[in-house]
Amino acid sequence: MRLRTAAARRFAGALPSLGVLAVLALALAGCSPERYPQTALLPLSDFARIGDDVQDVTFYWALGVFILVEGALVYSIFRFRGRPDDPEPSQIHGNTTIEIIWTLIPALILAAIAVPTVKGIFETNQTPPNSMKIEVIGHQWWWEFRYPDAGVTTANEMFIPQGKTVEVIISSADVVHSFWPPRFAGKRDVFPGRETRLWWKADSTGLFPGQCAEYCGIQHARMAFHVRSVSTSDFDAWIEHMKTLGPKPAAKPAAAPAGDSLKTASAGATAPPGTAQQKDTAAAPPQGPEYAAGEKLFMTKGCLGCHSLQAANAPKGLIGPNLATVGARSYIAAGWLANTDENLERWIREPQAVKKGVLMPNLGVTADEAKALRAYLRAHK
Amino acid sequence: MSDHAQALETTTGLDSRKLAIWTFIGSECMFFATLISNYLVNKGRSLVGPFAHEAWTDPATGKVYEPIIEIPLVTVGTALLLFSSLFIVLALYGAQKGNRKMLVGWLGATLVCGIFFVGMQVYEFTHFVHKGLTLQRNMFGASFFTLTGFHGTHVTIGVIWLATMFYLALRGKLTPNRSVNLEMAALYWHFVDVVWIIIFPVVYLIR
Amino acid sequence: MATTAIDQHHAHAAAHAEKTGLWSWLTTVDHKRIGILYGATAFFFFLLGGLEALIIRIQLSRADNNFIDPDTYNQLFTMHGTTMIFLAIMPLSAMFFNYMIPLMIGARDVAFPRLNAFSYWVFLLGGLLLNASFLFGAAPDTGWYGYANLTSRQFSPGPNADFWNMGLQILGVASLAAAVNFFVTIVNMRAPGMTMMRMPMFVWMSFITQILLLLAFPVIAVALILLMFDRFFGTHFFIPAGGGDPLLWQHFFWIFGHPEVYILILPAFGIVSEVLPVFSRKPLFGYAAMVFSGVFIAFLGFGVWSHHMFTTGMGPIADTFFSLTTMLIAIPTGVKIFNWMGTMWFGSLQFKTPMYFAVGFIAMFIIGGLSGVMHSSPPADLQQNDTYFIVAHFHYVLFGGSIFSIVGGAYYWWPKMFGRMLDEGLGKVHFWLMLIGFNLTFFPMHIVGLNGMPRRTYTYPKELGFELLNQIQTAGSFVLGLAFLVFLWNVIRTSRRPRNAPADPWNGATLEWSIPSPPPEWNFDTLPKVSGRDPLWDEKRARGGQMPEPRAGTGAGIHMPNPSYWPLVTAFGVAAIFVGIMMLPKWGPWGIIVAVALLFFGLYSWLFEKGYSEFTTPSHGGH
Repeated sequence: MRLRTAAARRFAGALPSLGVLAVLALALAGCSPERYPQTALLPLSDFARIGDDVQDVTFYWALGVFILVEGALVYSIFRFRGRPDDPEPSQIHGNTTIEIIWTLIPALILAAIAVPTVKGIFETNQTPPNSMKIEVIGHQWWWEFRYPDAGVTTANEMFIPQGKTVEVIISSADVVHSFWPPRFAGKRDVFPGRETRLWWKADSTGLFPGQCAEYCGIQHARMAFHVRSVSTSDFDAWIEHMKTLGPKPAAKPAAAPAGDSLKTASAGATAPPGTAQQKDTAAAPPQGPEYAAGEKLFMTKGCLGCHSLQAANAPKGLIGPNLATVGARSYIAAGWLANTDENLERWIREPQAVKKGVLMPNLGVTADEAKALRAYLRAHK
Repeated sequence: MSDHAQALETTTGLDSRKLAIWTFIGSECMFFATLISNYLVNKGRSLVGPFAHEAWTDPATGKVYEPIIEIPLVTVGTALLLFSSLFIVLALYGAQKGNRKMLVGWLGATLVCGIFFVGMQVYEFTHFVHKGLTLQRNMFGASFFTLTGFHGTHVTIGVIWLATMFYLALRGKLTPNRSVNLEMAALYWHFVDVVWIIIFPVVYLIR
Repeated sequence: MATTAIDQHHAHAAAHAEKTGLWSWLTTVDHKRIGILYGATAFFFFLLGGLEALIIRIQLSRADNNFIDPDTYNQLFTMHGTTMIFLAIMPLSAMFFNYMIPLMIGARDVAFPRLNAFSYWVFLLGGLLLNASFLFGAAPDTGWYGYANLTSRQFSPGPNADFWNMGLQILGVASLAAAVNFFVTIVNMRAPGMTMMRMPMFVWMSFITQILLLLAFPVIAVALILLMFDRFFGTHFFIPAGGGDPLLWQHFFWIFGHPEVYILILPAFGIVSEVLPVFSRKPLFGYAAMVFSGVFIAFLGFGVWSHHMFTTGMGPIADTFFSLTTMLIAIPTGVKIFNWMGTMWFGSLQFKTPMYFAVGFIAMFIIGGLSGVMHSSPPADLQQNDTYFIVAHFHYVLFGGSIFSIVGGAYYWWPKMFGRMLDEGLGKVHFWLMLIGFNLTFFPMHIVGLNGMPRRTYTYPKELGFELLNQIQTAGSFVLGLAFLVFLWNVIRTSRRPRNAPADPWNGATLEWSIPSPPPEWNFDTLPKVSGRDPLWDEKRARGGQMPEPRAGTGAGIHMPNPSYWPLVTAFGVAAIFVGIMMLPKWGPWGIIVAVALLFFGLYSWLFEKGYSEFTTPSHGGH
């Protein structure tokens, strides 16, 4: 294939540079971390900052080396280009001095990287004192969060107090997973039969996504979670509220806090339920006939075999997530499906269609039954 | 084995087939190193007995399991295996010198030792199973049987190889200029022996 | 070794009769033919792995996509990785080991030609078994690295993981057999005067690779055996409920897995070290440093494995140790890059297609190496691990590195192997499409990875923002596909051209260019004597010009090993053993028993093959 005109040749010659520029432009277009809610490049905690700082060090050295070495390569391509009939170049076999220099310089650069690295390793492996413990238990394909001091359990949405160090103690109920809340910390693998740890102190409040980061079976991709960082007073209130969600006496539904409405959750919502004080079960909230129907279905369709509705002293080792506060969560199906009425009904009716392979079987729930169950669950905040 | 011996000059002067066996043995060292490390990592991770060197009482049934390892028989087998390495050296010498009586005699002795060793292992395994230690029972059982089982398999392959050599020797086919074939078998046999020299203390002697 | 005149005549006729047809390929023991078999088979698997990648990329091009279901996706990404590593890159390297090593060291064949054929057939059967799983809808789906305890019978009840296990075991046998063969060949069959420090760099890197194979594959063989025992015999090596530990699998796997990546890259280093000097018209810069850095990388490669496990919480001492060894290994790697550039510097660079790919290799490998250094730091790696940032890294070193180099090697050695030159114009189009497609596909992965996209996920939600860059990546992958279609077209077109490539089209330095293209079965009429590192350049310089075009002699007096079908039979025996293990639940021990019988039958027939002469004898006098 020959390019006939000089212009065509020049264009073809420019193509590589244009190509590179195009790639770079596109890459930079997608680059800024603010576009990515799950970014690891905008640390929001002390732990995340340790890793981020070390990564910056390695990145800038890498960038410098890249520019120098690739630059030299590109330079040599043009500078030493030859023609077949050119005289034979000088047959240099090596140069000991240069070779020693270009062995030592990388060694020094690596030493420069090693120092903050080792420092960071030891820092991140040392949990600060007075941290609040949260147990994280990975399941095939959802996350269980237990607060041992308070004796409460939830799933898929982890409340933490902003400005206080939390230490997560991580284990698995089945296979190996990885717990990754990138705004707050790098990831830590989740093992059956052993515990691993992470810790961090959140800088600010908000709802932040995280995800399982170790392939764990068919629905690994849909094993997300959220960390909900709230003020310490809101956190304490939430704990208190959770403590009230104990084992349900026969006909008394769980107390929904006053002032809370059955509105659909939205991403980034920061208002936690339970801010109003309902110390005990007592008051009967405004529940319609749908709720009662849903409650009956929940008890008879076998849901209790896998799910618990109590946050306080919830049983361990259940296959399905704790549903005590499912109505208030921003997401369902483990952190990725918006918790709208429609989605919740669909999730209840056809879990296999929503998340194929999930351990919740299709229970043959009709559309009306799904509505009732949704209403029942929606009331659980 | 092929009719024409290595006639081409080799860069090292070594017969390529011997070099090949050494290379293979090098690789097999890693194979057994991995199995031995697996044993060392796992032998203490049993949730239930029986154990290698301590007795164990099953809390559920109250049954007492004595320590599984029995030294005497294995020691005899070990000694025989060690001697068999000597015997095969003598057999090889006989082959190289064209002394068919020596070759057949000592090769036969090697074979007998090898067969005895395999027999001893089969007996030991059956005995352990009767005493309650199986592959599935606990981590010690799993690692023990896997390690010694694979070694035993290697010994068995060696026995088959030696039996073939023995047959060839009887038929007068193991002439001096074909002795390199026996040398290859001998190298493999020594390797299998050396591995046992490591396994024996690690599994049977060290507590 | 005296033979009668009649014997010689028969041998001559048998050895040099025109060999065509399927049977000649099934029974070949000629390293050149075996090399071509490896190459063609590997290229086919490479295209298969590429197809798997394209389907993956289509699925990932949109958020919440359902082009394929999660189960299919998980099988595809597992098979893509397994195929590219074991069925593409390794056998493509094997193609060059086979074809080029004997030529470059001045030998007539490898040390054990039948063992060589055996290795190929076992490889083919292993690759077929792995892919046969698709026919059962049960392709492996637990990742190319098969982490326990997902692979336990409890969590992977189907035969998927068994196909993977058995397939890999079979491939391991092939690799080990070949490694013994090439190790002995390189040590023992070099031409007179070719000391170790005069060997071509490709031979050196291949030699180190064989040592890595010999030492690393037994480790995964044991790990796979332990997994098999867990799945078939009820042991608990990797099952916590019985006292075992899934982390043990990770240790064993990566003790193999890290040397494995050097197995994947060292031959590519070797190829580039051949191409660059020829097309820079000056010797490789710092030959000794290149040898020692290769040795050092291989040795140290056994000491870095837990850098794949920084997120497992091994504790600060282990983290520090492996972080430092990983950084250390960057030094000899950097030395190589600088030495390659030193080769180019002050040279007279001839930009033919092989040179394009060699330079492309350096450019891309630098990027892959630098991201690797970024991973070596655990505090940073806690964010990077298991994200697309890692996927970017290893594609830059394995595709940007190994594949670029291997493709360059293909263009470089094509005339020698096939007697025809691949078209230069199409070669350059191939290169640019490949370079652009490759960077479009994999560069953005650095970005999505650091911005939160984990690996091995069949989809992602829209709100995480990954869609735009994923679309670019998918577009890039199709450009890559197009690049290989161009290559295929080049191959087909070239095959229709007359077979008239010169012996030495590139002004090469090494021995393979001194014999006809393609070489006769016996390679060299007279085995060469070597007195330097670049023997052909030395000879040409002494002559004051180009060598005359060599003509193949008659091969009279040169005895080459006969073809044999026993390697093929024995290979079936080996593969059958592993199929028998898989079928234990259905067939009981009978599958294994029959397979072992077949193995012994093949093996004994091979060993006692009548009148077989394995080792070539030099023509008497050696003129």
